Amino acid sequence: MRDREIEFLKNKASELRKAVVTMAHKSGSSHVASALSMMDILTVLYFKILNIAPETAKSPLRDKFILSKGHGASGLYAVLAERGFFDKGILDSYCRDGSALSGHPKKDSLPGIECSTGSLGHGLSMGCGIALGDKHSNINARTVVLMGDGECNEGSVWESAMFAAQKRLNNLIAVIDNNKLQGLGKVDEITALEPIGEKWKAFGWNVIEIDGHNVSEIYDALITAYGSLDFPTAIIARTIKGRGVSFMENRLEWHYRSTNEEQFQRALKELD
Amino acid sequence: MRSTFINTLTKMARQDKELYLITGDLGFSVFEGFQKEFGERFINAGISEANMIGTAAGLAMVGKRVFVYSIIPFLTMRCFEQIRNDLCYQNLNVCLVGVGGGLSYGSSGATHHAIEDISIMRSLPNMKVICPGDPFEVQRAVEQVISLSGPSYIRLSKNGEPRLHSDDADFKIGKAIKMMEGRDISIIATGNMLEEAIEVSRELIGIGYGVKLISMHTIKPIDEQIIKECIHETRAIFTIEEHSIIGGLGGAVSEVVAGNITKPFIFKPFGIPDVYADSAGSSSYFRKKYGINRDGVLKSIIETMKSV
Repeated sequence: MRDREIEFLKNKASELRKAVVTMAHKSGSSHVASALSMMDILTVLYFKILNIAPETAKSPLRDKFILSKGHGASGLYAVLAERGFFDKGILDSYCRDGSALSGHPKKDSLPGIECSTGSLGHGLSMGCGIALGDKHSNINARTVVLMGDGECNEGSVWESAMFAAQKRLNNLIAVIDNNKLQGLGKVDEITALEPIGEKWKAFGWNVIEIDGHNVSEIYDALITAYGSLDFPTAIIARTIKGRGVSFMENRLEWHYRSTNEEQFQRALKELD
Repeated sequence: MRSTFINTLTKMARQDKELYLITGDLGFSVFEGFQKEFGERFINAGISEANMIGTAAGLAMVGKRVFVYSIIPFLTMRCFEQIRNDLCYQNLNVCLVGVGGGLSYGSSGATHHAIEDISIMRSLPNMKVICPGDPFEVQRAVEQVISLSGPSYIRLSKNGEPRLHSDDADFKIGKAIKMMEGRDISIIATGNMLEEAIEVSRELIGIGYGVKLISMHTIKPIDEQIIKECIHETRAIFTIEEHSIIGGLGGAVSEVVAGNITKPFIFKPFGIPDVYADSAGSSSYFRKKYGINRDGVLKSIIETMKSV
């Protein structure tokens, strides 16, 4: 990518992080740090990689994106609104009574939301079905599933991993947001996942390990994954939970807390 | 029932190029022909029910019509949340076909018994629950379910069940079949208890009762109209099912009865008590033990009718 494109993506990711922080603040909801850790990945996906646009949101030929870590919903909503799938003003209703934007995504509640998620370990299986169906229908599209690292505790993830390799779903990509924190602590102190890359390799996947906040590395990894001719690809994206807001980074409590006014202003300033 | 299912599905798959069958590594000597004929539209998901249901959901999202087959506890309970979130919440066109309804796998032990499945499945929004009582009902259910939108569950027994309906029987999902008409007793049966219910009804008619016999093949949506008719035209409703007494056919019918009775009325459900089998045994052994075989039901009905 050229420097100008890199700059564009970095700025876009900062803007989206501001939107995420604002949604969490206004609604007093949790999971803000989970969304912040994946914003660079979502930005590259929606602005450079995925063959999806508002006008082709229902085309069978589109790429399909599943946010399997559904608790990061605010990040998905922010990027979809930024890409014009729906009006940005709707983001203000996030988690409010009667809103289409609940704390975890609901399929088709607004254009561009492919799957209902929120319980972990579901997205990759659905991704397998979509990728397999597309392959059988000779549709040259990709299915990208964004998962958490804590989510890999779920046995169903590994059922899907085996199935996808067996069926040689080279059109399926799992991006693992490896922010190293889960519900009650550090991933590797709860049910250790490392070496993550080796695990996915052992399950028959192509594996690429990257800095999940470096937009060039994210882009290159996805381009490589899109070109896979044999097996599905797992991109292990090393990230920092709460990325971009210093007092949230690597702090477990921001899986739950929402900002007070002073913290909110400070967060916006840091993201400027 | 299993043979009827696969024969019917095979015919349908010849017409419908988007029809898929997924199994959780079960169906030895049942699916070989289907697999040979339809190749990639037959998927063995392996012994991994959670992924099997999620994969079925994904296939449905890209326009496939998917049947998923396994033994009932593995199909409906191991992966319950995948059924809830992936199929029901997203309202996708996937039909679960479970084998081993009730005590069909009697001697295998309680891990293989299906005594809670109707109750569990019918609690899910968008889910349809169908328990065919003979091969004819299986064939019609499979043929019709494809045109419904959203998820569904068809509960089979095993194989070799007798045919109970004639060719001109009127089967429609959601609409019960009246097999006998009478003005004293209503007997409502579902699934593999239909055969026993017919025998019980004949005996009751033989001793002078008028019997309205209903095959309630669809538990959800339940045919409220016919239950109201039973309330208005007879003095008692007896439900018969090979399922827990909690939440199955008896539960579904009682919900309608409770909201519609306007007179003193008898309602008694026959089902499996709230216990797991504590020994090996055939389905006929357990039916007798639990008092839901022909003789047990007949005796209980006669006593109940005499006591009022």
